[in-house]
Amino acid sequence: MPRFWLSTLLMFVLASLAQFFLPWWVLVPVCFGVAAWSRLGGGRAFLAGLLGVGLSWWLPAAWFTTHGAERLASRLATLLPLGGNAWTLALVSGVVAGLVGGLAALSGAWARQALQPESIRTRAVQ
Amino acid sequence: MLRILKPGLALLVTLALTWALNTKLGDVPPVARLLSPYRGIWQNGEAEADLAAQQTLQLPGLHQPVRVRFDDRRVPHIFAENEHDLYYAQGYLTAHDRLWQMEFMTRVAAGRISEVVGPKALEYDRFQRRMGLPYGAENTLREMLRNDTTRLVLESYSEGVNAYINSLSPKDYPFEYKLLDYAPEPWQPLKSALLLKLMAWDLSGRSDDLRLSNVLSKYGPDVVRDLFPDYPNREDAIVPPGTPLEFKPQPLPPTPPSFTAAMAGKLPQREPDPELGSNNFAVAGSRSASGLPLLANDPHLQLNLPSIWYQAQLHAPGVNVYGVTIPGAPTIIIGFNEDVAWGVTNVGGDVLDWYQLKFRDASQREYWHEGRWKPVRRVVERIVVRGQPDRLDTVLYTHHGPIVYDQNEKVFNKQTPIRHAMRWTAHDGGNEVLAFYRLNRAHSYPDYRRALRTYASPAQNFIFADNRNEIAIQPNGRFPLKWPDQGKFILDGTDARYDWQGWIPMEQNPHVKDPARGFVSSANQPSAGLDYPYYLGWDYAPSDRGHRINERLTQMRGATPDSLRNLQNDNLGVNARQMLPWMLSVVAGNAPAATATAPWKDAAQQVLQKWNYRYEADAIAASIFELWYNDLVKRLWEDDFGAATGLEMRYPSRARTNQLLLRESGASAWVDNRTTAKRETVHDLVTASLHFAVDSLTRKFGPLGPKWAWANQKSTDINHLANLTGFGRQDIDCAGSPGSVNAIGPRNGPSWRMVVALGPQVKAYGIFPGGQSGNPASAHYDDMIEPWRVGKLDELIFLRAADENHPRLQAAWRLEARP
Repeated sequence: MPRFWLSTLLMFVLASLAQFFLPWWVLVPVCFGVAAWSRLGGGRAFLAGLLGVGLSWWLPAAWFTTHGAERLASRLATLLPLGGNAWTLALVSGVVAGLVGGLAALSGAWARQALQPESIRTRAVQ
Repeated sequence: MLRILKPGLALLVTLALTWALNTKLGDVPPVARLLSPYRGIWQNGEAEADLAAQQTLQLPGLHQPVRVRFDDRRVPHIFAENEHDLYYAQGYLTAHDRLWQMEFMTRVAAGRISEVVGPKALEYDRFQRRMGLPYGAENTLREMLRNDTTRLVLESYSEGVNAYINSLSPKDYPFEYKLLDYAPEPWQPLKSALLLKLMAWDLSGRSDDLRLSNVLSKYGPDVVRDLFPDYPNREDAIVPPGTPLEFKPQPLPPTPPSFTAAMAGKLPQREPDPELGSNNFAVAGSRSASGLPLLANDPHLQLNLPSIWYQAQLHAPGVNVYGVTIPGAPTIIIGFNEDVAWGVTNVGGDVLDWYQLKFRDASQREYWHEGRWKPVRRVVERIVVRGQPDRLDTVLYTHHGPIVYDQNEKVFNKQTPIRHAMRWTAHDGGNEVLAFYRLNRAHSYPDYRRALRTYASPAQNFIFADNRNEIAIQPNGRFPLKWPDQGKFILDGTDARYDWQGWIPMEQNPHVKDPARGFVSSANQPSAGLDYPYYLGWDYAPSDRGHRINERLTQMRGATPDSLRNLQNDNLGVNARQMLPWMLSVVAGNAPAATATAPWKDAAQQVLQKWNYRYEADAIAASIFELWYNDLVKRLWEDDFGAATGLEMRYPSRARTNQLLLRESGASAWVDNRTTAKRETVHDLVTASLHFAVDSLTRKFGPLGPKWAWANQKSTDINHLANLTGFGRQDIDCAGSPGSVNAIGPRNGPSWRMVVALGPQVKAYGIFPGGQSGNPASAHYDDMIEPWRVGKLDELIFLRAADENHPRLQAAWRLEARP
């Protein structure tokens, strides 16, 4: 499996599992760690974090929307305001978390590059 | 060094963003915590199937198993084996549906909103404390805990609420906690007392003493007697004139020499809405089809979501009662059992007075009373403010009560530091919970009279009917024994003769049982006729609703529950019926020909002429008339009693205003607008206000047409308690008006409509504008708004046993003691 997709999947699975037991911000160390480990470049690490973490929110948010949360979500989407659409709120929720995940992954990738000897760093960027 | 700058910066941005999304910043909620599917609002979803049809809950502290049936409106029917478990279960299940609301309202009452929303609520909190609402709650709590029965009730209820709170983890907290970012705190009996005091404030917290004192200072006693007479309309008094007294009245305290208060600069910042009112009525068997009484009640309160009321049936040895209660208060407040039904409306009596004080010096440590200096008690209030250090506020108490303002008052007479102390019945202890506890178990008229004895505040018209064909009504509460007009103006706080001197004995409160006319009713009008020996107050709500109710009840024969439901939905405007023909004749009358032919006026007048005075949702004439009449009143009084005078005063009552317009306006000096050089006639006023009405409607809705419908102009909104956009219901298309029996106004209205048919098998019907659930995700958050809007009632399911079958029952729970 290409490293990008593997990282995305790992971030998705680990972030989801961790958030069952810990506050949402646990996704920061998860993405930071996975990105650092996976040796992705900065841009791809960010994308992996965005997607992996985004999915860890989009999927359950979609499930909840269809299982009882729609009325509440659309009311909240009126308040925020997001046009009163529960699905927009679900989308925005995932993007918010995804941004944090992406940034954390970016930090992880860059930190790894910074702390590696020069030769390996060049390779990783290629 | 440079090498780690880039990742360092990225990490810093990540952590800063994480912090920002995890923290409440001003009014912005902690976004990520709120939106997280793992802990946030998505966890609050509730599908219809989420209410377990069968389940057993293990709860700490229950003595015996409790069975609960839920019907299709999600009303819990609670079957307990003992009283502890009964009120425990009531607390648990109410919290299950309404935790945020019940806790939030106690914070509103106690002046503890700053703890949740920060400094913007500080002034609100200060006011709540300075006018002594928590002080009154503590006095009442002391009284209630002294009684073994109410202590058990309140403590069991608290235990149940706390059992529910303790079962929650943060992800289960009701949605509003997540949005406002705080957590529920343990429930205590004090909170139930606070809720009762909040109700007392809403219903008896208005006072015109300062305004009337200003009128007196400005215009003198003759104008007060003329324009602000005592009880302008007593024909429709609740206890009809001529009702025989079966007691020997107490002597009244002597009237002291008249006292002219210094002009008052500052009025309480917050006052309850004067439009809050209610209807109740009961017909005797002589007027019903069944030969047994029917009883109806609809208290009018601010329309909010979650609903102000919560329905429940409470069954235990010695009690089986159904009705509504305020979430956070145990027992049933309005309801029925197998033998009796009761309801309440507010009594407009004067139970809040202001005393002008004289202090020894600017330090305000001593005040003059009974010929000597008495010490002021200083109470320090600690207000917790979110995100800021606690604030301390010192409130001064005299024997009268708290000094609501002691600083920065604009004082007209600069020689004496004048402050006002507040004397209010809600500051005194009472045992309202015991009254409801006993009403819940009443089987006969003597039980009802006995139950009312401990009920102090807010005074209510308790209506009653039972299956022995007895009907009764009693304006009830603790009423101070006053000399006539005591407290109509600011009172002299230095002279003991102005103090409240005891109470009207409870059994001598106005009451009537089985009157010859075959019905009893109340709609906030004066409690009794002039033949009642005690003074209760001088100003009451307009008698419009009361008059209409009595008019229709007088004609009622062979009444069924539907007849009473129909009356609850009566949209006739008595004021319009009285005033509109005259207003039209004034406009048509001696008008100069040029203005009389203006086309807009013709069209509007035609609509008005055809109107049947009913505030139907689509009535265009109702929109015109309301604006027209209110503007006319404003034109009549604003120059004399409005803000332009530079003094806080009030307008004369509606009854006096109408009398002046109909009979005295030709010659009255009040008609002229004193701010203009011209001398206005009543024709000028009436024409100008009609012009104003048509003009504003045209600007708002375009040319005269269906858009002018009354429902559009009235625009009834049911808002979320915290005013959250999207969580209420706006622009409800419904009939009624504040002056109709169906008193649906823009923000207030019938908050619970109930009709009970007494009989061998009691039958009852009810609805409130909201739902049983406080969860905005639930279908039961607002499922009763639609039937309420169109004036329908649900049949209320009154079970005799826990295993009784009924097609509308959906779930059966069992609550068991946790081993």
